Amino acid sequence: MVATSTNPQGSTPIFRRKLQLPFPLNIYQSSIGRKWVMALTGIGLLGFVIVHMIGNFHIYEGPVQLHEYAETLRGLGGGLFPRTFLLWLLRIGLAGMFLLHIHSAYSLKERSRKASDKADFVGGEKKYGSKRDYVAANYASRTMRWTGPIVLLYLLFHLADLTWGWWLGDDYVLGDPYHNVVASLSSLPVAIIYVVATVALSIHIFHGTWSLFQSLGINNPKYNDLRRTLAKLIAGIVLVGNLSFPVLVTAKLIDDDNRKCEVGDVACLEHEAEKH
Amino acid sequence: MTQELNLTLQVWRQEGASDPGHFETYAANGISEDMSFLEMLDIINEDLIENDQIPIEFDHDCREGICGTCSLMINGQAHGQEKATTTCQLHMRKFNDGDTIVVEPFRARAFPVVKDLVVDRSSFDRIIESGGYISVNTGAASDANLTPVPKEAADTSFDAAACIGCGACVAACPNSAAQLFTSAKLAHLNLIPQGQSQRFERTETMVDTMETFFGSCTNHGECHEACPKEISLDFIAFMNRDYVKAKMKNRKLAGQS
Repeated sequence: MVATSTNPQGSTPIFRRKLQLPFPLNIYQSSIGRKWVMALTGIGLLGFVIVHMIGNFHIYEGPVQLHEYAETLRGLGGGLFPRTFLLWLLRIGLAGMFLLHIHSAYSLKERSRKASDKADFVGGEKKYGSKRDYVAANYASRTMRWTGPIVLLYLLFHLADLTWGWWLGDDYVLGDPYHNVVASLSSLPVAIIYVVATVALSIHIFHGTWSLFQSLGINNPKYNDLRRTLAKLIAGIVLVGNLSFPVLVTAKLIDDDNRKCEVGDVACLEHEAEKH
Repeated sequence: MTQELNLTLQVWRQEGASDPGHFETYAANGISEDMSFLEMLDIINEDLIENDQIPIEFDHDCREGICGTCSLMINGQAHGQEKATTTCQLHMRKFNDGDTIVVEPFRARAFPVVKDLVVDRSSFDRIIESGGYISVNTGAASDANLTPVPKEAADTSFDAAACIGCGACVAACPNSAAQLFTSAKLAHLNLIPQGQSQRFERTETMVDTMETFFGSCTNHGECHEACPKEISLDFIAFMNRDYVKAKMKNRKLAGQS
C-alpha cells in the first residue's frame, strides 16, 4: 500500500521500526506480536503454577509421598532419557518463557511510557491534572506492573529458600522436601512472604488469564463471559491452593511430628517409597 | 423553567507546543442547564473577548456528535462522564450548581497540543493513509447488491464504522494506545467482502503505523468506556488475531491470502 505522507507539524513517531528481522522474529518486533508472546508464555507459566501447586499437594500425604513425587520429577521420561534430563529441559524452557514474559512486558511498558505526553509520568498512569477516575480498569489490571516484579522477587527467594537452601543452612536436607518446607514455613516472616507472594500472583493471574484471550484474539460472543469466569476460577484456585501451605504450617497442622522416618533420613524415605 | 448554574472552571491554557502550559480558573455564572458544554465555553469566550482577553481555543465542528472534532477531558473523563456522548452533546444539566470542572486537552505524545485545548490528531490520519481504504475501479457505479454481504457481517462492520476518530480512546488509555481506533477502522473494512483482498496487507500496515505513534495495549478496557460511539473491545481481539495471521501467511500462494 502507499507510503504514508510525512507529518507536516504534528507528532513525531515514538518508535521507528528498524530492519525487519526474518520470520518468526519479525512477530516479536511489533507490540501486538509481543503481547502475543506474552500471552503464550503466560499460558506456559500458568500451566507451571498449576502443575507445581498440584504436585505440592503431595505434602498432605506425608514426607514419603512428597519425596516420591520429587524423585518422580527427577526421573521424568523414564528409561528414555538420562535421569534429570527432562527435568532440566523443563527448567530451561520455563526460564526461557519467564525471560520472554518479562522482556516483552518491560519493553512494552517502555513503549507506552514514551507514547504518553509527559516523560515524567511513570508508566503513563497519570496523564491528567484532574483526579483521574478509572472506569473499567480494575485493581488487577492496574497493578500488573507491580505484582509481576513482586512475583519475580519471590521466585528468587523461593529458589534460594527451598531449592538451594540458602537460609536454612544445616537444617536444609536434600531429598527431604517435607522437612524443608516445614522448617522454612514455620518461621513467621517467611510464611508472611509466601502469603504476600501468593496474593500478588493470584491478582496477576486474574488479569492475565482474561487478558491473554484478548491478546491472542480469542474472542467470540458465545464464550466471552466465560473468559472472566475462567480467570476468577483459576486465580481463586491458585490463591486458596497455595495459601494452604504457609497457613497450615503456621497452624501446625503440617509438622515434623509423627514421622515414620527421622528428619534427614533419606534412605528411610527411599525405602518407604519403594514399598508403594 | 430552566435552572441556572454557577460553576468554577479550571481550564488548561497553553500558548503553543513550546509553552509548558498551566491551569487558569474562570467563573462561569448564569449558565443555562440546556446549554451544551461547548456552548458554555462559548459564553466564557464571549466574556473573555469583551474583556480584551484571549479566548480559549477548543476544537468543534458539527456539534451533533458525528464528526469527531470535539474533544476535552472533563474532570478526567474523555468527553465527560456521560456514557456514549461527545462533548458537544454533553448538557450542562449533567452538572450541579457550584461544581468545579477541570477541562484539559486529550493527552498523548501523538496528540501534541496546538493551543489551549486543541490537539493535533493527525497521527490518526497516518494510520488511515496506510491502509484504511479499499481499492476499487472507479467509473460507473456498480449495480446495487452486486456483492452479497451477510447481514451479521454488515451489522458488525457498521458498528465498527461508527468510530468518529475523536481520539477519546487514546486519551483515556493509561498507555496512550490507539488499539480501539485502529481495530475499529480495520474491522470496518475487514469484515465485509469489499475489504477482503487487502485484508492482511491492510492489517499489517495499519498496525505497524499505529505502533510508531502509540503505546501498547494492556487490556484495561478504559477506551471502550470513554468511546462516545461505544466501540467494542472485541474489535481489538479481532485485530490482534488478524495481525499475527498476516505475519504467518504466505500471500504469494493463492488461498492463503
